[in-house]
Amino acid sequence: MEYTPQELMVVCAARQIRDDERVFVGMRLPLIAFALAKRTHAPHCVGLFETGIMRDAPSEELLYTMGDAPNITGALWTTRTINLMGLMAAGEVQLGFIGGAEIDRYGNLNTTAIGDWQRPGVRLPGSGGAADIASLSQRLAIIMQHDRRRLREKVDFVTSPGYGYPDAHGPAGAAWRKRVGLPRGGPAALITTLAVFTFDHETGEALVQSYHPGTSIEQVQQQTGWPLRLAPACAETVPPSAQELRVIRESDPQGKWTR
Amino acid sequence: MSMAEAITRFVPDSSSVAIGLALEPMIPFAAAHEMIRQQRRDLTLIGPISDILFDQLIGAGCVAKVTAAWAGNVSEGLGYCYRRAAEKSIPRAITIEEHSNFTIALALLAAGLGSPYIPTHTTLGSDIPSHNPNLRQEPSPLDGSPLLLVSALQPDVTIIHVQRSDEDGNAHYWGNLGVSEEAMLAARDVLLIAEEIVPREVILSDPNRVLGPSFKVRAVVHEPWGAHPSAVQGYANRDHAYYHEYHERTRSVEGFQDWLEDWVLRVPTRAEYLKKLGAERLSSLGVKEHRCAAPVDYGY
Repeated sequence: MEYTPQELMVVCAARQIRDDERVFVGMRLPLIAFALAKRTHAPHCVGLFETGIMRDAPSEELLYTMGDAPNITGALWTTRTINLMGLMAAGEVQLGFIGGAEIDRYGNLNTTAIGDWQRPGVRLPGSGGAADIASLSQRLAIIMQHDRRRLREKVDFVTSPGYGYPDAHGPAGAAWRKRVGLPRGGPAALITTLAVFTFDHETGEALVQSYHPGTSIEQVQQQTGWPLRLAPACAETVPPSAQELRVIRESDPQGKWTR
Repeated sequence: MSMAEAITRFVPDSSSVAIGLALEPMIPFAAAHEMIRQQRRDLTLIGPISDILFDQLIGAGCVAKVTAAWAGNVSEGLGYCYRRAAEKSIPRAITIEEHSNFTIALALLAAGLGSPYIPTHTTLGSDIPSHNPNLRQEPSPLDGSPLLLVSALQPDVTIIHVQRSDEDGNAHYWGNLGVSEEAMLAARDVLLIAEEIVPREVILSDPNRVLGPSFKVRAVVHEPWGAHPSAVQGYANRDHAYYHEYHERTRSVEGFQDWLEDWVLRVPTRAEYLKKLGAERLSSLGVKEHRCAAPVDYGY
């Protein structure tokens, strides 16, 4: 069955969601991934939206933003942003999704500025809730377009902390997060248009877990700004099933986010 | 009070203004457009994510400083006016104080509690704290571990769109709150923009739905559709096409100026704005199916 790169990314994102988990859902593709997980392998997951919404079921209509009216109708809870961020700070959120303009080999993300912050080449919108989700969720899943300008050796500005960098006090990875005072977490998956990466918690480095059908490790390397390391069981990404594609197309019938 | 009078009296030049506090919905665009028409200058904008409202005020030259987690166009991506101001000082240079949604919420909460700061772990290890003088990293007095201290942030004026209010600013608000409650409690002055003005009894019938203390409210402006193109639960859906048109038309300085003439400068009142939108478009954005909550019993 034919599918778009976005549909494959939604499927990979949905596979990150485990049943019974509380998930900080972001915009666009993660919205569809939440709906897909809910209707397939994770019927008991709950979605939290930083605008101040908690939902047990996906909204009845496709959302352009998480604050759209259909996302409030039938919600489990509408509340203050600070209550949901507070739950995440207290360790109650298992998984969070964010996107990014740039990422580096240690999973640090930039959505603030390309070039010098004072006089940027491109001023990007900024953190929103991304830095909080990266700081405070138990696991972080990142969804991005894959190209060499975006997957860089080092990002220009760390908006959302991943596994930091090696420094005089020790290595990158979980140890770095502890050193700077982050309570938990770190990137668990980087899902791109070409591949899925997992992360080595010890070194903080991204490892290719799978490359998408129709591409190859060589092609992924060409579009990545650091020398790739492969996860032990690195293989081709399992393509979407017919059922997964059906649910995605029901959730986004016009293909606003997935075409 | 009319919008023109409320902005004249309570939003002078150089004010710090918290606005767009529920993130994507309930954004007081009518108030921002009046600030642009009155040529406000040197404003500080405070908010988490105010969709294209910040972009418009920045492009119109009203803004000296942005204290925010995010500025752009939520469903389209980047905001071109924000980019031009940050990258090329067009139409003027702006100062940016970086925040995350949580840190700005904590800054407003601290002000509302009368606390000088609130400690947290969020954004530690990122470059955000070093790009905001009001975020300080200090060791915890309890165990020496790293903490981020978020300084209290008091807006001169907080502007909030609500579904209904009485004439004295006792207002019902429903839907997601974002940081609206914190910003109301933190502010020196509050302006409310209401879809409907209702008798006091309607408000008293459901005190749990009241947003905050009316003694902070300096003016209530009755402005139906005052949050267009953003959503107002129970009244209006988000006008996605409007955000797309804004994105397409504001790529260049000239394009933005043309858009501004079209939708703000040559549209003196909200009534004129609604006429320009047209009955058909307004009706397509209206509520298709009402879903009223079960009544609650405050009897004793």
